[in-house]
Amino acid sequence: MVTLPYLMALSAAIFAIGVLGFLTRRNILVMFMSVELMLNAVNLAFIALGSRLGTMDGQVIVFFVMTVAAAEAAVGLAIIISIFRGRETVHADDLTMLRW
Amino acid sequence: MVTTVVNLESSALALILLFPALGVLFNLFCGARMGRRAVNVVGPGVMFLAFAAASWVFVRILALPRGDALTFTLWPWIEAGRFHVEFALRVDALSAVMVMIVTGIGAFIHLYSVGYMAHDDDFARFFTYMNLFALSMLILILASNLLMMFVGWEGVGLCSYLLIGFWYTNPQYAYNGRKAFIVNRIGDAGFILGMLTIIAALARGGVWTLDFTAIQAHAGLLTTGTATAACLLLFLGATGKSAQIPLYVWLPDAMVGPTPVSALIHAATMVTAGVYMVARLNFLFILAPDAMTVVATIGALTAFFAGTIAIVQPDIKKVLAYSTISQLGYMFLGVGSGAFAAGIFHVMTHAFFKGLLFLCAGSVIHALGGEQDMNKMGALRKHLPITFWTMLAATLAIAAVPGFSGYFSKDLILEGAYESGHVWLWGLGVLTAGITGFYMFRLLFMTFFGESRVDPDKLHHLHESPPAMTIPLVVLAIASVVGGWAGLPKGLLWGDAFARFLAPVVGNFKPAVEASALGLSAAATIVGLLGILLAYICYIRMPGLPKIIAWRAKSLYDVLMEKYYIDELYNLIVTRPLFFVSNVILNRGIDRFAIDGAVNGVGVSVRAGSQLARRSETGNVQHYAFVYVLGVVGVVAYYLYLVRH
Amino acid sequence: MPIALFWFLAAVSVISALGVVLQRNPIHCLLALIVTLLAIAVMFIGEDAVVVGFLQAIVYGGAIMVLFLFVIWLLNLGVEVGPSGHLALKLFGTIAVAAMTAELMAFVLPPHLQVKFAGHAAGYGSIDSLSQTLFSEYLVAFEVTSVLLLVAVVGAVALARRSSAAEIEQHAADTARKAQRVS
Repeated sequence: MVTLPYLMALSAAIFAIGVLGFLTRRNILVMFMSVELMLNAVNLAFIALGSRLGTMDGQVIVFFVMTVAAAEAAVGLAIIISIFRGRETVHADDLTMLRW
Repeated sequence: MVTTVVNLESSALALILLFPALGVLFNLFCGARMGRRAVNVVGPGVMFLAFAAASWVFVRILALPRGDALTFTLWPWIEAGRFHVEFALRVDALSAVMVMIVTGIGAFIHLYSVGYMAHDDDFARFFTYMNLFALSMLILILASNLLMMFVGWEGVGLCSYLLIGFWYTNPQYAYNGRKAFIVNRIGDAGFILGMLTIIAALARGGVWTLDFTAIQAHAGLLTTGTATAACLLLFLGATGKSAQIPLYVWLPDAMVGPTPVSALIHAATMVTAGVYMVARLNFLFILAPDAMTVVATIGALTAFFAGTIAIVQPDIKKVLAYSTISQLGYMFLGVGSGAFAAGIFHVMTHAFFKGLLFLCAGSVIHALGGEQDMNKMGALRKHLPITFWTMLAATLAIAAVPGFSGYFSKDLILEGAYESGHVWLWGLGVLTAGITGFYMFRLLFMTFFGESRVDPDKLHHLHESPPAMTIPLVVLAIASVVGGWAGLPKGLLWGDAFARFLAPVVGNFKPAVEASALGLSAAATIVGLLGILLAYICYIRMPGLPKIIAWRAKSLYDVLMEKYYIDELYNLIVTRPLFFVSNVILNRGIDRFAIDGAVNGVGVSVRAGSQLARRSETGNVQHYAFVYVLGVVGVVAYYLYLVRH
Repeated sequence: MPIALFWFLAAVSVISALGVVLQRNPIHCLLALIVTLLAIAVMFIGEDAVVVGFLQAIVYGGAIMVLFLFVIWLLNLGVEVGPSGHLALKLFGTIAVAAMTAELMAFVLPPHLQVKFAGHAAGYGSIDSLSQTLFSEYLVAFEVTSVLLLVAVVGAVALARRSSAAEIEQHAADTARKAQRVS
């Protein structure tokens, strides 16, 4: 029997890997992909909890998360394209314009 | 003492104040625009109207039963719990006399100013200040309570400052104005403390007021000690306002103001406010014999002290200034000895002849185009006849030559001094009489007699003054001659009518020592005449004598010339330490170093802190995410803790 | 779902997640991500969330990942070049993540998180029940999300659009004027 802790543990693991990727990688696009990983881990957690608690709320929330993730990806990539047009780089070290 | 409140007559009291007030408003707001003619009419005009109102009131007072007063309440002023003070006017015999003096002489001096200030463009401001002064002085005199009197007291101080520094473009004049105000302020502090002492003492008995009638009625509530303290504090105020030791130093420097100002404020009226205050509070001073002794002593000492300085002064107005201080000393000798009526009598005669002396001096100065040094005068008799004869009348009066006004009043004071037991003070007064005779006739001789030492280019200018100036001279000269006849020695004609008139208010003088009035008078007169004789010798007979004496007694001469170095002394022990405390300790030490340092320090530390904090804004989003993760670790740990327990 | 399936899917998703994070070439990262997404989609279906599972595959894998792919092609990115310094960040980052993982495991694994699971009702996870909940309780959120999508589309277009020549000139003129005012 697959109990809840298993699923939640898996979700936590994937989430942690996503965070690690975000902190470690220099390429903006790969950082973005790590964010998608995190989102998916959370989606898994929602589905698992919704299922085990017998409610549809979890699935609905995942529905919304997916939608928003799509919108966010679109806008975020558009931003990356604009940055790239101006600076010819997507290396995180070069993108510190908000520095003091 | 029955007081009467009668509407029609009482409203005349308000008129006395109203006229000068209207003058102030007119001159202040329309004066410059309406032109010299209008101001010359309004300025003196309101004073003459006030004099008319005052005369009417005086006549009514004469008609009332002895001791009665007229009152008029303007508005209820302070209502603080049980303490209440009204803005109310009260006139009795004493204040009636004073009001007549102020408005009468004031009116004529205003008229004189029309001629004196004819070439000055600032006429509107001048008459505004003069009317304002008159208003304040009248408030002082007509006040029904001590606090309102203080309002007038401060008001005249203000006007004195404004008028001394009238030609403010000269820094020295402005400085002298400030000096007068500040020295007065010290006295005023004493006055306020005296008032508070009285309030406190009366309050203990359940009486919460400063009304004169109330204080008199409940004077028994004050112990001798309290009364002495209050009287001494109030007298401190009087030494400031009336230029006695130790706060007289402003009066000689006040001579830089226009001469009408010197005549009105610093001779006839404002400086007598202190004497009036003591006379007004006679019931209080009677309770404190020690305070009275102090008053009399300081009066006599000041009279002598100032007289000695006057002997050597070359500036005509300075001589008159020190003479004023000296004569004020006489007045305080009088009231301090319990002879209140005598003191006020001398106030009146002094107003006549000293006012006249200043106006004559002004006439001389005006004729000489501004020259005030007597060493550059001489033989002006022919050129300025009216001025000469009127000044002669005044000089005879102040030197107490028998028959003239000053003789009667000064005699009465010296008699009071002797008969109250202050024999030494009497002696000092007699000596000062001689000195007075000397320096006054010195002034007369140096100015009008002898050889002309006038600057040649000023000789063309030399002319008698216009009628606006000479009419007041004549009027005051007549007053100087006959004014003293209000108080003749007992037994002669109508006797001491003046003293009898004031007796219900200030009480009768009770001699402690019996003496022959004639004997005392003779002593004083002889000494006075000796002084005149000495002046005659020094300045007519042997003109070179003064220089020889000055050379022989050089150190004494220098001390007198430098006014006993009092100003320098005050500078050393008061002004310099005060400046030190203000500047070094308070300004640099506390204000700049401590307070500004603390405030600026806050700013500096915020800045330093933010410089440190900004380094966390690296711009690198992964750094931010890292901190975020740390936060998550913390939050989850907290929830773990909650779940576990 | 059977345990074996779960373990298999878990392994696949974890390994490909690590692949996302550790690969050099961005395209390889992308492919690993797609594998992870599909594994998770299957897990959704295993939990009876059929609709959402399919949506996951279609929307995520089909749309978003394709978008990523296009961007990578557009920017012509190759292998990551340049120093990947910041050893401090990597070190401390790893430590922080490890701590977080440990905490999350400690939170998730112990028995207090057990719930009584008696099986699903019929129709759980079907499009019917999804729509029921979606259009009743979450109606407002639904509407708002549609507006959000619209805004996102407009924003993306506006951001990614090349400026016309006139706009470039205007922008240059504005910047010059602002610089003058400041000086």
